[in-house]
Amino acid sequence: MSHPFLALTDDDREEMLRTIGVESVDELFRDIPAGVHFGRELDLEPALSEQELFAHVSELAARNADAGSELSFLGAGIYDHYVPAVVDAVLQRGELLTAYTPYQPEMSQGVLQAIFEYQTAICELTGMDVSNASGYDGTTVAADACFIAKHATGRSRLVVTEATSPQVRQVVKTYAPGFGLDVVEVPHEDGTTDPEALARAAEDAAAVIFQQPNFFGCLEPAPELAAAAGDAGALAIVHADPLSLGVLEAPGQYGASIVLGEGQAAGNFPSYGGPHYGFLAARQEFIRRMPGRIVGETLDTAGERGYVLTLQTREQHIRREKATSNITTNQTLLALGGLVYLTWLGPQGLRELGETCLSLAAYAKQRLAERAGLEALFSGQTTFKEFAIRVGRNAHEVVAAARERGVHPGYALGRDYPGMDDVLLVAVTERRTPEEIDRLADVLAEVAG
Amino acid sequence: MKLIYEKSQPGRRASHIPRPEGLPRPELPDALRRSAPPRLPEVPEFELIRHFTELSTRNFGVDTGFYPLGSCTMKYNPRINERLAALPGFARLHPLQDEAGAQGALELMWRLQEILAEVTGLDAVSLQPAAGSQGELTGLMLVRAYFDALGQSEQRRKVVIPDTAHGTNPASVTMAGYELTPVRTDARGNIDVDDLRGKVDEHTAALMLTNPSTLGLFDENIEEIGRIFHGAGALMYYDGANLNAVCGISRPGDMGFDIVHINLHKTFSQPHGGGGPGGGPIAVRRTLEPYLPVPAVIRRQDGTFAYDFDRPQTIGKVRGYAGPFGVFVRSYAFLRMWGPRLREMSEVAVLNANYVLARLKEAYDLPFDRLCMHEFVLSARSLKREHGITALDVAKRLMDYGFHPPTIYFPLIVPEALMVEPTETETKETLDAFCDAMLAIAREAAEEPELLKEAPHDRPVRRLDEVRAAKQPVVKYAFEQHPELDAEPRPVAAEAPKGV
Repeated sequence: MSHPFLALTDDDREEMLRTIGVESVDELFRDIPAGVHFGRELDLEPALSEQELFAHVSELAARNADAGSELSFLGAGIYDHYVPAVVDAVLQRGELLTAYTPYQPEMSQGVLQAIFEYQTAICELTGMDVSNASGYDGTTVAADACFIAKHATGRSRLVVTEATSPQVRQVVKTYAPGFGLDVVEVPHEDGTTDPEALARAAEDAAAVIFQQPNFFGCLEPAPELAAAAGDAGALAIVHADPLSLGVLEAPGQYGASIVLGEGQAAGNFPSYGGPHYGFLAARQEFIRRMPGRIVGETLDTAGERGYVLTLQTREQHIRREKATSNITTNQTLLALGGLVYLTWLGPQGLRELGETCLSLAAYAKQRLAERAGLEALFSGQTTFKEFAIRVGRNAHEVVAAARERGVHPGYALGRDYPGMDDVLLVAVTERRTPEEIDRLADVLAEVAG
Repeated sequence: MKLIYEKSQPGRRASHIPRPEGLPRPELPDALRRSAPPRLPEVPEFELIRHFTELSTRNFGVDTGFYPLGSCTMKYNPRINERLAALPGFARLHPLQDEAGAQGALELMWRLQEILAEVTGLDAVSLQPAAGSQGELTGLMLVRAYFDALGQSEQRRKVVIPDTAHGTNPASVTMAGYELTPVRTDARGNIDVDDLRGKVDEHTAALMLTNPSTLGLFDENIEEIGRIFHGAGALMYYDGANLNAVCGISRPGDMGFDIVHINLHKTFSQPHGGGGPGGGPIAVRRTLEPYLPVPAVIRRQDGTFAYDFDRPQTIGKVRGYAGPFGVFVRSYAFLRMWGPRLREMSEVAVLNANYVLARLKEAYDLPFDRLCMHEFVLSARSLKREHGITALDVAKRLMDYGFHPPTIYFPLIVPEALMVEPTETETKETLDAFCDAMLAIAREAAEEPELLKEAPHDRPVRRLDEVRAAKQPVVKYAFEQHPELDAEPRPVAAEAPKGV
């Protein structure tokens, strides 16, 4: 019976077996001890044709409420920014889509040059000297940075602000015991972090991680926080929203040692949590401690410019147990999506995008106060594209009630922050219109307590 | 070819951003406002597309041609996978959507877990790890949690790894805070069981093993190895990089392994994207299930699907949300197009590898003369001794014949290694053409060695100076050496396309 992903004819098989010198395909498996031979057929549903598969999986997709089928203000780290068609067009080029890691540079100049251009874009955004070729997502790059900090300082305590994404904090705490790091959290005060509290916690710490804008959407006093880390001899690690960096200062300008973050907002679909890319960039002094792939420029034997994977003596396939990380597969294709997106935006587009987010979020805060009587939780703070509001009753119930009216009003913070059972985190990207924001206000006026 | 930054002119752009009128315009505090714009490229949309299209023509993928990169399982990536992952119900679904609004996605993940449990012969699956190496690290965290619960984690500090292992195994051991105990390979290419016996004791936490190994050989003593580890109270971890050899033929759980990671981007057709994304789900025995990452995806009594965060003994989270969902869609699609016929996939992968091996083993050295599984390792050591031709030279010359080279210089125990993995998705004509090229190269090594030394001849670049790249690292574009890019727009000089 034929299969679309196989090619051998019966004649092919016979000739191949003859060349090998065996009677049957079964004989090829004679080195597998009889005791571990699988004695039956796999208990799986029968194979589907492409058309049957499409119908089945489409039916599964149709049972989800995506940002196209319901008006969504969900954010909390993953955002519904517009992904232009040029991103899809580039990422579907088979030469890029179906290539492996570029171990053979002469076969891979396309991907290598693209990564070099991506590294340049990330350094430009963050104000850093060196970027890697991407990490798994915005959480694991934070764990990677902790590994750098541990080995760069020899210290064994890590400080992370409570206003940093709960996903990031959970992943850092999962990795920390293996690194020999203890994790200490610094609470927020009215939505941002107090530099003096951070300075106290940072004594003897390997690093301080804070997020800008923070998880509540508020702008941290980032220069003071970075200074508090630096004064204590700790690395200042900034978790940044890449799309805020057209309007917000590059962390490299205020003393960050490492800048990292979730790249999804810049060029990837939400895709129910992945795959996305995490970006990680650092000052020059950390270049030989960087995890993962880095592409460098060089010359070929004819003197022409070209690109290669470089500084590979950091990496697991050379250095094994002494490597700076175990990462090998990363998120190159998604990072390429990020490069295409940032190229599409350009510096002007990035700034305008930031300004639009700022304006729409401010408008949303204003309308929720006017129409629904809901006040922003941290009303004294400047926010970027996201803000927290009290909704007067359990926020999960408010989400359920609003969804019945076709609006997903935001993320309920109760699971992550004790005492915030009645708080919603509302995200507003450039895809939301003032009319849609008015509709959110009207629905919340109905369903909030 | 120019960099995108060298095609940039101030004032050009591709994007149009909504700018609703009449809205508040909040002022940012001076200290937080961007002081100088990032020097992102400034190009119109059609230049963007031309740039990246040109880049793609300077790259080689499975869609371009044969890619027998050992240990990477470069099989055909079905196009239907891409269409399915792009469905709006998946692509625009937010990971924090209410479970009621994500039933289709949750069901897909649950079904994929069930399939992976059956294929690996284990009880419970977490899809969360983002790649094989993260699956390894997660597995070692489970090992630690398991021995913590037994009060043995101080005592059991060692992880045993054979000298043929991928570099990720020892690197994961370090990241998990364990110590490495290396073990030798014997003359047949199996783990040296005598060496092993002396190294496994009450201080051993686990074994990490790839089976078939990176030599492409199934370990004939796997049952004895299982008795040694389990007899010492230690656990066994299976690196699933080579699972493509044994689907439906021999299951890691039945071989005695307690924890397995699966490379969705190898065995189950997630395209590798020039370096990623991947997917590294782990499957475990029931005894290890309480420690799996949260959230778990479960099916409730009423047939609906949900996340379970209530796992008091969990190791925590190793990645954001529930994992790389788009990868799950592609691998699920692939697995549903095979169903129980998955065994045929592995059979053909092994048949193809043995056929290529049979045709090449007279012309190259074969360090372990056995039937292989889905891949095999040759050595160019005689070519080097007799003609000064290295594995690198063979690899570069293969490019002239239109093939991607095999993996070279790995595994480390084979000098001048050439590791060939054809996969199941090739015609016999392609396999024959590759064999003919390899045989021709072996002849050229004797007759015209300079042809190999100077290869490749037809790629966009010649051999690149990797030493220079590492000694004086240039890892981003040097704008400061190109001040004209900050200047006023000017006519762009035409660049003659290369190779025309």
